Amino acid sequence: MIWKHGIIVMENNMAEVKNKVIEAINLKKYFDVKVKTNGMFREEREVKAVDGVNIEVLEGETLGLVGESGCGKTTTAKLLLKLYNPTEGKIICNGMDISKLKGKNLKKFRKEAQMVFQDPYESLNPRYRVKDTLIDPLIIHKIGNSYEERYEIAKNILEESGLRPAHKFMERYPHEMSGGQRQRVAIARALVASPSFLIADEPVSMLDVSIRAGILNLLRKMISERNLAGITISHDISLIRYISDKTAVMYLGKIVEYGETEKLIQKKYHPYTEALLEAVPNPDPDIKLSLEKIKGEAPDPVNLPKGCRFHPRCMKCMEICKSKEPETVQVEKGHYVQCHLYSK
Amino acid sequence: MALLDINDLTIEYKLSDGKVRAVDDVTLKVENGDVLGLVGESGCGKTTLIKAVMGLLAKNGKAVSGQIMYKEKDLLKLNKNQIRKVRWNDISMITQSAMNSLNPVYRVGWQINEAILEHTNFSKEQANEKSKSLFDLVGLERDRLEDYPHQYSGGMKQRAIIAMSLALDPNIIIADEPTTALDVIVQSQILERINKLLDGYDGSMILVTHDISAVAQTCNKIAVMYGGKIMEYGDIRQVLKQPNHPYTMGLKNAFPSITGEKKELVSIKGVPPDLSKEIRGCRFKDRCPFVIKKCIEIEPEKVKTEKGFFRCSRYEEIDKIREMSDDMETWNNCNGE
Repeated sequence: MIWKHGIIVMENNMAEVKNKVIEAINLKKYFDVKVKTNGMFREEREVKAVDGVNIEVLEGETLGLVGESGCGKTTTAKLLLKLYNPTEGKIICNGMDISKLKGKNLKKFRKEAQMVFQDPYESLNPRYRVKDTLIDPLIIHKIGNSYEERYEIAKNILEESGLRPAHKFMERYPHEMSGGQRQRVAIARALVASPSFLIADEPVSMLDVSIRAGILNLLRKMISERNLAGITISHDISLIRYISDKTAVMYLGKIVEYGETEKLIQKKYHPYTEALLEAVPNPDPDIKLSLEKIKGEAPDPVNLPKGCRFHPRCMKCMEICKSKEPETVQVEKGHYVQCHLYSK
Repeated sequence: MALLDINDLTIEYKLSDGKVRAVDDVTLKVENGDVLGLVGESGCGKTTLIKAVMGLLAKNGKAVSGQIMYKEKDLLKLNKNQIRKVRWNDISMITQSAMNSLNPVYRVGWQINEAILEHTNFSKEQANEKSKSLFDLVGLERDRLEDYPHQYSGGMKQRAIIAMSLALDPNIIIADEPTTALDVIVQSQILERINKLLDGYDGSMILVTHDISAVAQTCNKIAVMYGGKIMEYGDIRQVLKQPNHPYTMGLKNAFPSITGEKKELVSIKGVPPDLSKEIRGCRFKDRCPFVIKKCIEIEPEKVKTEKGFFRCSRYEEIDKIREMSDDMETWNNCNGE
């Protein structure tokens, strides 16, 4: 396999072994679509939403998945949660291949893998009180023996999520809470059955700027305290920087750069990473926006460009980029780039 | 005289169980050539304020006092037909979520032509020419005028909306969250486009958003709104570099940054005040880490600065407060809820 870095992290000469919680190997998902070809006829075509993605997340670590809308971030997340079945490739969670899971074993996996959705105004059942939302998963996964016990578990997680006094919030309906409070409930719901793996899909994009930091801090705290494997999805790399240890930059179904977040931001190996970084608006009025690193819009995923998928928008495009797809190259230890600039 | 002059404006919504004062005593001036950023959280009244300017308030909303002066006319006193002449001709709007503001069953070109034909006595051909030149201006290809909205990407729809807002060469353009639903690359492309347009444009713009970084990139003035009131107003560089109101200071800390050292983010704890109740004292008091007894009792007066104003009872100690606001502990210790 291409992306295989050690699972042993050396720190102060002490070998600290971190378990790999989830791993995707050469993951692919193609959707069939019908497209009009010349105004009259429809032709079956494939959209390669996810096209050969390799990722792995260790416990206590967060991976950031960043890219434009339509690049396949959310599809990847849904594949990892087995909400979609992959066209090709393997997903291994805690040493188990999840692609063939059924029945009882699938339910076990459902307990291990949880998700926080983008819009807390839509992801909570409006007719459930907070306590119903939180106790339901416990009943489904048979955690706790009595209602009282489950109530206690739910109350504790709510308190941990920063909603105090918890017993009061337990009785509330979603419409009685603000967006930030709702998202805290969504996080509590995801964690109430003690999963080992958590995906947060644009967790703050629907929230006001003034409360975003609180939600991000909560996610960070929960992931490190509970030793979870986390994946955060966003189009905003400044937010990914804040929350994740490693980052995967995705472009049209492929991961074009992968490595430690800080290094990725400093070195900007891939021209697309550079463009994403440049596009982040700065709250400092003296640093003016410039857009010299990218042109145009993302191409139609049905008609992918030949060669490197990024070449029509790339400022460093060479002849070879137009015909040949780049291989993945290791530019530094644990840092991988898909770009002809670094091909040997 | 200012191009748009909002004076002591108060707007209330009538509800079945009382009133909500969404805009409270707002005074704001937009001079010719100004690009004003109006920032605040959702529910702070910024959308109500611009809706009042456009004459588009909901039926239960009413301006109970104040004026909106434009060219020596009070927009609040105009009847439906009179305001229709001002709207789009003089003041146009780039709406929030462009995805939903184009009619899906008409071609985009038709929709732009309609706006032009409705307000001018252009012939169809002239309107067509105008639409084409507008598309050049916003960087869209001319033949896309023949397309339907669903054939456009999000960024293109937003640009088409911008083209539409420019159709009648208005004096004031109001942009309501023009980039909120878009991802970063498209967002910066749109902001850059707006900047380019403003360079050769004789008029003013109001940019309404909750994102201060978008304001920092485009505006020259900023008004920070909170709970229906303007808490701080001034020159963009002064307000963002040297904020005078604790709320602005808090907003600045809440932004993840891509440059410089990675630092801890702090949010402003608590929620905005309930505007259906009478507010005693400063409206930011429940979330402010610098609150003292005076803040709870007395509504802060406007304190004038060089080019603007702010409202804070502790204005004399503002330099010290600003220093303290850089320390994250200050905000963590505040019990907002």
